[in-house]
Amino acid sequence: MKEYQNFTMNFGPQHPAAHGVLRLILQMEGEVIKNADPHIGLLHRATEKLAESKPYNQTIGYMDRLDYVSMMCNEHAYVLAIEKALEIDIPLRAKYIRVLFDEITRILNHLLWLGAHALDIGAMSVFLYAFREREDLMDCYEAVSGTRMHATYYRPGGVIRDLPSQMPKYEKSSLKDNNEIKNSNYNREGSLLDFIDSFIERFPECVDEYENLLTDNRIWKQRTVGIGVVEPDRAVELGFTGPMLRGSGVNWDLRKMNPYEVYDDLKFDIPIGTKGDCYDRYLVRIEEMRQSIKLIKQCVNWLRENSGPVMIDDAKYAPPDREKMKSEMESLIHHFKIFSEGYCIPKSEVYASVEAPKGEFGVFLISDGANKPYRLKIRAPGFPHLASLNEMSKGHMLSDVVAIIGTQDIVFGEIDR
Amino acid sequence: MLNNIKSILKSFFLLEIFKGLSITGKNLFKKPITVQYPEEKTPQSHRFRGLHALRKYPNGEERCIGCKLCEAVCPALAITIDTEMRKDGTRRTTKYDIDLFKCVYCGFCEESCPVDAIVETKIFEFHFEDKNEKIITKKELLKIGDLYEKEEIKDRANIN
Repeated sequence: MKEYQNFTMNFGPQHPAAHGVLRLILQMEGEVIKNADPHIGLLHRATEKLAESKPYNQTIGYMDRLDYVSMMCNEHAYVLAIEKALEIDIPLRAKYIRVLFDEITRILNHLLWLGAHALDIGAMSVFLYAFREREDLMDCYEAVSGTRMHATYYRPGGVIRDLPSQMPKYEKSSLKDNNEIKNSNYNREGSLLDFIDSFIERFPECVDEYENLLTDNRIWKQRTVGIGVVEPDRAVELGFTGPMLRGSGVNWDLRKMNPYEVYDDLKFDIPIGTKGDCYDRYLVRIEEMRQSIKLIKQCVNWLRENSGPVMIDDAKYAPPDREKMKSEMESLIHHFKIFSEGYCIPKSEVYASVEAPKGEFGVFLISDGANKPYRLKIRAPGFPHLASLNEMSKGHMLSDVVAIIGTQDIVFGEIDR
Repeated sequence: MLNNIKSILKSFFLLEIFKGLSITGKNLFKKPITVQYPEEKTPQSHRFRGLHALRKYPNGEERCIGCKLCEAVCPALAITIDTEMRKDGTRRTTKYDIDLFKCVYCGFCEESCPVDAIVETKIFEFHFEDKNEKIITKKELLKIGDLYEKEEIKDRANIN
C-alpha cells in the first residue's frame, strides 16, 4: 500500500474566511489539522514607530486604524495612557460619553463578529441583519465625530465635542415621497440621545432574532459545540482576555476588575461560559451585547439629566474655546502651542488598558519628557489569541479552522499594527 | 424520560430550523432598508469630514493667512504650504497643496485653523482619473470653497 505524507496547505491571505490578511500554513493529514502556522505582518503599518515621530495628539487617528472594528476603544486606551501620565482628571460628562461610545463600539464589534462568524460557518442572513443594526450605530459615530469609522473623537482631557442636539435626516428624493421620508426619519426627529434611545429599545428584539436563527440551530451547534476547547487554566496561561477568556469560564473583565471612567457606578453583569468551546464564546458575546444595552441605557439617562463640559479647562492640554481664541491673545498663543508643539509629558512610564470588545487593549507609554513618546507599545488582544490558533485547531477538521478563526474575532489591523 | 421524548420530537420535527426560517420568511416581505444610491442618499452629519476647501471672507478676500498650523498638525503630512508677502503687506500662501491619498480625513486642519479657512466639506463623492490629480492645489481648493460656501455656513451653524 502506498504511504501518504502530510499535505501542506496554504490558507489565505486572500481567502474570504481568513478575515483579512491571515496566512495559515496547514499541515494536514487527510482532513485533519496536524499543525497550523499563522503568518502575520501583511498589514504592518508601523503604528508604534510612527507614534514616536509625532506629537501625542496626532497619533489618536492612527489608533482608530488598529482594530478597525472597535475604533473608539483603541482611542480610549491611548488617551487613558496619556491622561495617566499627565495625571489629569477629565469632566464627568466626558467620562459618561466615553463609556457610552465604548459600549456602542462593543455592540458594533460584536455585530460584525457575529455576522462574519455566521457567514463563515454558512448562515448568510445573520450577516445582513447584523449590518442593518450596525448602520444605526455608524450613524451615531458620524453624528458625534463626522466620520463613520475613524472617529478621532476622544482626546486627552475629554472628548472633542459634546453630543449633537439634532440628528441628520433623510432628504426628499425622486424615489420617495414625503410620507416615506417621514417614516424613515421616525427616529431622527430628536437629538442623538433620542436616536440611541430608539435603538436600544429596538435592539434587544434584534438580538432575539439572531438567537432564534442560531442558538438552537442544529447546524450551528454541530459546527461550534466542542470545537476549539480551551481549559480555563490554559486560557490564562495563553494570555487570553475578553470573551475568549470568559468563554472558558474565567471571571475576568477589566471593567469590573480595574474599573476605569465610570464603570464602577454602573450596573452590569459579566457573562462567563462553562466549557470554553466556540459555542460558549458565542453565547458570551451575545450576552455581552445585552449587557452593553443596559450600560448604554444608564449612560443615556445620566447624560440627559446632567450637562457640563466635555473637555478639561486647561489650555496646556486642550485647545481653548474657539470664540476666545479669536478674541484673546493668550488663548491664541495656547491654540498655536497646542496644535504645533502639543504638550510634553514628564519623564514616566505608564500602562493603561481598556476592556475592548476583543479583550484587553493596552497602551504602554514611555516618555522621556518630550512632546512625543519615546516608545509606544500596543498590547493587542488579538495577538495572543491568534498565537494559540495552532493549539486550538490541532486535531480538528479543516472546516473547523474557519470556525476557530471566527470565534477568535481576529482583526489584522491590531495584530500587525 | 419525558424530557428525552420532548427533545427527540423537537429535533425530529425540525422545530428550531422552522423558527429560523420564519424569521427569514418575515424579512422577505419587509420593506427593504437599503437606499437606492445615487437617487437617494443616507443622512449626512453636519460634522461630516469630507473633501477639503479653502474659504473666503464675504468680501472675496481669501481667509488663509499662511500660518502653517494645519501643515504642522497634519498627522499624515498631507499639506504643503509656501507663503510670501503680498504687495499690500499681508501674508498669503503661494502654494497650498493637499495630497488626498495621504490625507486621513482626521479633521485636525479644520480644528487648528485660527481663521476658519481650511474646512472639510460634506463632499465625499470625488474621484480622480489621473494619479497626479490626487494633489489638489490652492486654486482648486478655493473653487470648492466658493461652490460650497453656503452649505458650509449652514453646517457650521448646525454643528451642535
